[in-house]
Amino acid sequence: MRQRIPLLICFICGMTMAIQFFIPHQYSQALYEEAVNWLRVIAVFGFVIGLGTLLGIHTRRIRRGGSNAFYSGVLIAGLVGMVIAWLADMKEERFFDWLFYNVQTPLDSTMFSLLAFFIVSAAYRAFRARTLEATLLLVAAILVMIGNIPIGNNIWDWLKLKVGFLPEGLPVKVKDWILFNPNMASRRAIYLGVGLGGVAQSLKIILGIERSHFGGGEE
Amino acid sequence: MKIRWFIYILVALAVAVPILAKIYFPVKRVSDSTRMVYDYIDKLPEGSVVIFSFDYGPSTAPELQPVAEALLRHCFERNIKAIGIALWPTGKLLGQKAFELVGEEMGKRYGEDYVYLGYRAGFSTVMLQMGEKIGKVFDMDYKKRPISQFPLMRRVKNYKDIDLLVDLAAGDSVEAWITYAYTKFDQKLAAAVTMVIVSQLYPYIQAQQLVGVIPGMLGAAEYEKLIDRPGFGMLGLSIQSIAHVLVILLVVIGNVEFFLARRRR
Repeated sequence: MRQRIPLLICFICGMTMAIQFFIPHQYSQALYEEAVNWLRVIAVFGFVIGLGTLLGIHTRRIRRGGSNAFYSGVLIAGLVGMVIAWLADMKEERFFDWLFYNVQTPLDSTMFSLLAFFIVSAAYRAFRARTLEATLLLVAAILVMIGNIPIGNNIWDWLKLKVGFLPEGLPVKVKDWILFNPNMASRRAIYLGVGLGGVAQSLKIILGIERSHFGGGEE
Repeated sequence: MKIRWFIYILVALAVAVPILAKIYFPVKRVSDSTRMVYDYIDKLPEGSVVIFSFDYGPSTAPELQPVAEALLRHCFERNIKAIGIALWPTGKLLGQKAFELVGEEMGKRYGEDYVYLGYRAGFSTVMLQMGEKIGKVFDMDYKKRPISQFPLMRRVKNYKDIDLLVDLAAGDSVEAWITYAYTKFDQKLAAAVTMVIVSQLYPYIQAQQLVGVIPGMLGAAEYEKLIDRPGFGMLGLSIQSIAHVLVILLVVIGNVEFFLARRRR
């Protein structure tokens, strides 16, 4: 029973919304608008659950102690601090904005910037032409990188000036060809697969064949 | 271990030197996907309305903030009205900064020429509800003033009154806009995205579901060239150029080492 009622609700809602999409009648439209309102309300519950889980995990870590407890403390302090900053100056939000521009923005940028160092180091150590596929990937990546930067085009223009018969703006043309042809074809194949998989998975959930979202186990 | 530190120092120098020495490499050619967006906006009649959705955070702001500013400058120069929204909480203040900066710089009037509506939670549901009535989701602007007091918002009800929606994105919001705004409401869309996700959007350009895509820092520099207003995009691309050359050189060196080691074996 604990599974049958949610399954029935899921089936009715899923089928109704799928059929509704193809009916342009005003009642069908009103139903759709109501469903979208409900969706926004349900989305708010997601925030509450997320916040509750986050606080639960990190307060447990602080209670348990250990080397990571300090970081959990920083997380909770940041979370509570931002809420207090917003509550204290709700109308103008000046302090909240100040914290965003002067604390969150530099921290976020710094974390992301560190990636550059690791990516360059990893490219040097791991990007090897071991197989034909790896070589193709390597060559395509280098050609796209050259086409993406002005230096590549400037060097090509200089070469063209010296040699003469070279085609105009080749690095950009090669990059555009790679992105608009092999890249697009492979992406489209992936999207078609993902789309068909999504339809199959949705049908399985609506018809109650797929029940893993209940947390697994038999009734 | 020693090589890794040597690489780290090289990366730091590749980034720091162009900033300190203010090195600019001229952008001579513009990618097709950037030009498509520029041409579309350039052909819009005066008084058209463009919505900008700020769906990114501070980590990707160096790539997307210059694009946002260049796009806004282009719109304001052509007397096109602009509305700003954010579907990422972190995008709210970045959008606000871009609108306040460019709006003031170009002498535009808030409420008549542009409006910034701020952040709303709900993502796909916000996109869907905007198709019925924008005021239903964004009833107030970012300073909590009712939108009914702004002349621009009095004439913009839903997607039917929007000539173009530009998604400035660092995640999968472009696909969501295509699914919910283009497919259901036939809303014209363009995207400005980080370089990491640009390759996945090409099928949508060919299918004409996107009028064009502006690719990250490169797109920012290209757009600045098109509107003839050099900014951070051009400097950023010069920094990126040197870093890319460094990556290419290191990959080549790494492969030469690899083949020499294999031959020795």
